[in-house]
Amino acid sequence: MPLLAAPLCLLVYERRFAWGISTGLSLTALAIAALLLQHTLADGVISYELGGWSAHWGIEYRVDIVNAFVLLVVTTIASVVLLYARQSILGELYTGRIPLFYAMYMLCLGGLLGVTITGDVFNLFVFMEISALSSYTLIALSQERRALTSAYQYLIMGTIGATFLLIGIGLMYIMTGTLNMRDLADALPAVSGTRTIETAFAFIVVGISIKLALVPLHLWLPNAYAYAPSAVTAFIASTATKVAFYVLLRFLFTIFGVGFAFSNMLLGGIFLVLGLLAIFAGSTAAIFQDNVKRMLAYSSVAQIGFMILGVSFATTTGVGAAILHLFNHAIMKAALFLALGCVFYRLGSVNIKDMCGLGREMPWTMTAFVIGGLSLVGVPLSVGFISKWYLVLGALEQGWWPIAAAVLLASLLTLVYIWRVVDVAWLQCPAVRRQPVVTEAPPGMLLPLWALILANLYFGIDTSLSVGVAMRAAEWLLGGGG
Amino acid sequence: MNTHLALQLAFCTPLAGALLIVATGRHAAVRNGITLATAITLFGSLLALAPAVFDGARPTLTLLEPLPGLPLQLTLEPLGMLFALLSSSLWIITTLYAFGYMGAHEAHGLTRFYACFALSLWAAVGMALAGNLLTLFVCYEILTLATWPLVTHAGTPEAHRSGRLYLGLLLGTSISLLLLAIIWTWQLTGTLTFVAGGFLQGSASPALLGVLLALYVFGIGKAALMPFHRWLPAAMVAPTPVSALLHAVAVVKGGVFFILKVVLYVFGIDTLGQLWSTQWLLYAAGLTILLASLVALRQDNLKLRLAYSTISQLGYIVVGALLATSAGIVGSAMHMVTHAFGKITLFFCAGAILVAANKADISQMRGLGRSMPFTMAAFLVATLSIIGLPPGGGTWSKWFLVAGTLEADQLLLLAVLLAGSLLSALYLLPIPVRGFFSRPDTPLNIADHKVPLACEVAIGLACLGCLVLFFQADTLYRLARLLLPGGTHGG
Repeated sequence: MPLLAAPLCLLVYERRFAWGISTGLSLTALAIAALLLQHTLADGVISYELGGWSAHWGIEYRVDIVNAFVLLVVTTIASVVLLYARQSILGELYTGRIPLFYAMYMLCLGGLLGVTITGDVFNLFVFMEISALSSYTLIALSQERRALTSAYQYLIMGTIGATFLLIGIGLMYIMTGTLNMRDLADALPAVSGTRTIETAFAFIVVGISIKLALVPLHLWLPNAYAYAPSAVTAFIASTATKVAFYVLLRFLFTIFGVGFAFSNMLLGGIFLVLGLLAIFAGSTAAIFQDNVKRMLAYSSVAQIGFMILGVSFATTTGVGAAILHLFNHAIMKAALFLALGCVFYRLGSVNIKDMCGLGREMPWTMTAFVIGGLSLVGVPLSVGFISKWYLVLGALEQGWWPIAAAVLLASLLTLVYIWRVVDVAWLQCPAVRRQPVVTEAPPGMLLPLWALILANLYFGIDTSLSVGVAMRAAEWLLGGGG
Repeated sequence: MNTHLALQLAFCTPLAGALLIVATGRHAAVRNGITLATAITLFGSLLALAPAVFDGARPTLTLLEPLPGLPLQLTLEPLGMLFALLSSSLWIITTLYAFGYMGAHEAHGLTRFYACFALSLWAAVGMALAGNLLTLFVCYEILTLATWPLVTHAGTPEAHRSGRLYLGLLLGTSISLLLLAIIWTWQLTGTLTFVAGGFLQGSASPALLGVLLALYVFGIGKAALMPFHRWLPAAMVAPTPVSALLHAVAVVKGGVFFILKVVLYVFGIDTLGQLWSTQWLLYAAGLTILLASLVALRQDNLKLRLAYSTISQLGYIVVGALLATSAGIVGSAMHMVTHAFGKITLFFCAGAILVAANKADISQMRGLGRSMPFTMAAFLVATLSIIGLPPGGGTWSKWFLVAGTLEADQLLLLAVLLAGSLLSALYLLPIPVRGFFSRPDTPLNIADHKVPLACEVAIGLACLGCLVLFFQADTLYRLARLLLPGGTHGG
């Protein structure tokens, strides 16, 4: 449906109308996603054969708990960001390009939803490219000239990732003759000892890791996030990498199976090391950034490390923690980027030096930033605490207490970089007179921001939805459901 | 009164007070009235609960359930009762003192000041009433965050530096060590609810439990065990009422309270005695007593000297808790109270001297007793209480602590405790003695009447508390006895 909306936006080419269509559609998609999740929780798997062709030949759409949950996350974030974007992009895009923005946004959303929902690996690749190409465009739309080079960088890296993925899919097709995920899962064990499948596995994992920005393949991410328009950053940061992460889960657990991925290919150890590396390298790099958007981008690299770490445990708690963090990180990071968008809207900069004393001028925005930041640190009663809790629990269950300690230590690094911003905004240089005078962001931007912040607190207190679904999804994945 | 209702009232009062203080910030008189009323209501509702606790009732109240099986829960038991009564009664006195002191000395941002004060007390009461480790941890963190604006209240670069150290050390230890210990406990046992006699026994090997105990004891940074003690001297940049109530009572006592809770309700005294790490932690606490006393000897700034003295006295409480004997536990719970009254009096006096004579250094306080006899007399009484001499309440708590070391056959620690008392006499007694018997270096043109009346009343009340604790120690002793197995009436 969003795919249909995209050309519509282009055709109409009028700002308000384009916004209306996109928002309406993403809200509808949100409602559908919520219904789907309810269904899958009750009945298990829903399958839909596109075009009436049977599953082995045609493209099958399959929804289980895992992707219904991801769908819900993606559509929620997309809707909230769109509500916010109406005003925020005015300052960051050339007016003429605004309908183009909505068209691309819809295309990107459609691609991401497609990736999530499909039950066919080639189809997955196609959708992934749709979302990737449109997100390159979205980044390049920014008025900032450096956005062009960073979009280009992203394009190169993203294309390499996609090519790797395609090679892997091709190799699997050669060996098994099918592209349907379920058939693949059935057919692969027979040929899993061969070198070809091992190569395919390596290509796929590396390809997705690029998309996912796993250290050391993360180089495209900080620039892309830093120079894109704020709404785009918020959207991509909390959906694109999350969907890539979902794809990883899908390949590892549904298609290849836990035994192959973790016993034969020793992925657990590799992911463990890379996850820890991502956490510490990302957090440390974040501490030394002056551009706050870039700082949060590096923080995303670190948070992806947390999720990969969860996967590397290959236990229900570990994978559940990863899925939970996927949800939680999406809402906290989106909230933080939206807050920065408000800052940029009024201030025209997100450099930490320019934010001196901003807490007094934009109290609502900066309070939101502080709450979001504390959530990222993992302060009790916020969503971040819940993720950390399960991640540490997962590590302790394995008896890996140094890793549990490392996770907590990393939270302290998070505290350091969040605190730098708080320190500047609230405590240092109390009485700056700025010209022109900076005021609070418009309510149209504050409301979506605060909706997400309240979600941060709500899901930190009432976790029955997020934890319940995440744990069931993890059981489903590890049980080899498909 | 219905115990549940009183429990809810006690928990909600300081929070509501904080909100009202913010709402009425423009009218100083109304705001001050609300602060005082909040403090008195809190104390009253806790007092109403006291008979029930003596009868063995343990009212429980569940607030929220953020994680399955892990509610935020309040349960009232004797130790919490002790801590809550202590904090709330001293809050009333400190509020009185703050009216005089803040008016005379640091009169900016008072609304924020009183609001954060009420929030801190809310967190402290939350800690006191917490029914499981998670609730205790959450309130512990809120207390850190709520006291931080009070530490940096002066707004100077030095205050900000100290604030960073304060926040960094307290949050750092609590997140990296304490939280780890709590999650580990949860993973081992699947419960975090406090149980009299502990719930960890037999759930893991003694070696692992020993590590866990060390994580708890060091992770609770507020207990200021060396090497995690630096935040306490740093916090002394705060206005005196903050140092008095929070950094002699609510915050630091919150730390040792946490340790006592862990000892009594998580490990259990019997398990504790068998762990390998207990002995080492006792030595660490003993070392803290001695080193902090030695450092205190060398401080010329009165507030800093008092801060190091606090670190050393906290060591006594930790030693008492870890001795795992009945006398040790009783002594440590009593010392929590007697030290609080003694130290708060000392801080009040230090603040009064700062306001009236504008003196912060001990070397300038010769002969001060002649012009400020009342303040210096109160200082002397409190000093005796801290050292553990009659007529101060500290006599009894030190008595039980020493008995505890004998009961556990820890002769080395006995020597440490006695040496610590001797050292505390050395670093505290000279101040009032020189105040009364030395001639001032320069003629002093000050008098007691320069101290605001509200401050004098507060000093008098706190000092009276020290004396009452000596002459009427029975109630306190009975409450502390309730903590021991067999000391309860069927609860």
